[in-house]
Amino acid sequence: MIALLSRDLALAVRAGGGFGLGLAFFLIVTVLVPFGVGPDTELLSRIAPGILWVGALLACLLSLDRIFALDWEDGSLDLLATAPLPLEALVSLKALAHWITTGLPLVLAAPVLGVLMSLPPEGYLWIVASLAVGTPALSVIGTFGAALTVGIKRGGLLLSLLVLPLYVPTLIFGAEVARRGAEGLATATPLALLGGVTCGTIALLPFASAAVLRINLR
Amino acid sequence: MEQRASASLWEWANPVKFLRLTEWLLPWVSWGAAICLAVGLVWGFFFTPDDFRQGSTVKIIYLHVPAALMAINIWIMMLAASLVWVIRRHHVSALAAKAAAPVGVVMTLIALVTGALWGQPMWGTWWAWDPRLTSFLILFLFYLGYVALWEAIENPDTAADLTAVLCLVGSVFALLSRYAVLFWNQGLHQGASLSLDAEENVHDVFYLPLLVCIAGFVLLFVALLLLRTRTEIRARRIKALMARERMG
Repeated sequence: MIALLSRDLALAVRAGGGFGLGLAFFLIVTVLVPFGVGPDTELLSRIAPGILWVGALLACLLSLDRIFALDWEDGSLDLLATAPLPLEALVSLKALAHWITTGLPLVLAAPVLGVLMSLPPEGYLWIVASLAVGTPALSVIGTFGAALTVGIKRGGLLLSLLVLPLYVPTLIFGAEVARRGAEGLATATPLALLGGVTCGTIALLPFASAAVLRINLR
Repeated sequence: MEQRASASLWEWANPVKFLRLTEWLLPWVSWGAAICLAVGLVWGFFFTPDDFRQGSTVKIIYLHVPAALMAINIWIMMLAASLVWVIRRHHVSALAAKAAAPVGVVMTLIALVTGALWGQPMWGTWWAWDPRLTSFLILFLFYLGYVALWEAIENPDTAADLTAVLCLVGSVFALLSRYAVLFWNQGLHQGASLSLDAEENVHDVFYLPLLVCIAGFVLLFVALLLLRTRTEIRARRIKALMARERMG
């Protein structure tokens, strides 16, 4: 399992994988928004939590089709499926690798980009906390989407369409945590709900993803 | 073969029997839908008084409420059909889910568009990020994704399996989104116009034609569903025949 994880990580980092891409996209979104809406600090600090969350979500979306596509094309996915490792574990590992290469950098970069968005000082802790709790759910849901569309050529658009509505609860709760945190309000309720979404998806969705992958590999 | 009790619902999972039954059923349902819709809409549009405050715009209720109701119920029907396909592998069930989805798309779209048309004079806006409106937009996206996935996959059995799983997972997330959206914003949209346990629903003058319209929409959906499922079965058959021809 660890070998598989480190293989995925190595592939993502070395082979021009999605490692830098998601981060660069996140950076671009947050740098471009102030040009779009104007440099008004008050406005920027009000929309900062939402923009950071949407940027993180889109950056996540960008790298989803890489989760299975390369393994599918060169046939290693078939080998992995016949390996003694259950497919559910494989799917979870893939999601974990995706999170480490995409979600974790986003979490770490968010405070830096918060400066650009003139995020209020109270907000930094909460944007990091909400992204840290929420991005695993994005990776797990995205893995399900990637497993659904793995057999489809140029399935990128379809993947986004399928995953987009699935991302709504995570985005709502995550952005709500960040917004309330930035405004100095109590964050316990949305944070608990966000945690619930994340735990629920991590616990249940790998079974659906594995089932879907089995169908696709048939 | 004691399983041959002909009262079983699963009899109709046989495509031949399904075709025979629906051939007999279809005209009845279609005419029922046509009559109910004609009566309900004419009654609703021309023979009910204008609302005290809303004027004649209130009459869009006769399209909006049934369409919204059907948009949700069609998804539930697709969920049931997907479950039957996953559990019992009846092809007619998978095809019925496939056939229902575009109808659901249209119903959702009707609900959204009529809502916007009504909202413009009443709320002063075509669109508001109100929980109900937002939930419907999300439902619309779910429908689009479902239809797109069916279209994207060549092998019909793989497509049926994948869309069934998508429907199951999507249902959970649709429900989750519904409550997430409630948490996110309190709305403009009025409460439920109809519910079974309410003392009084909408005033009777509007209520009766509305019920007729709802019946009409249900029948319309059943008619379209039967028709489209028949088409799908025939299309599948043609494909099989053509494959056989190529082999021989």
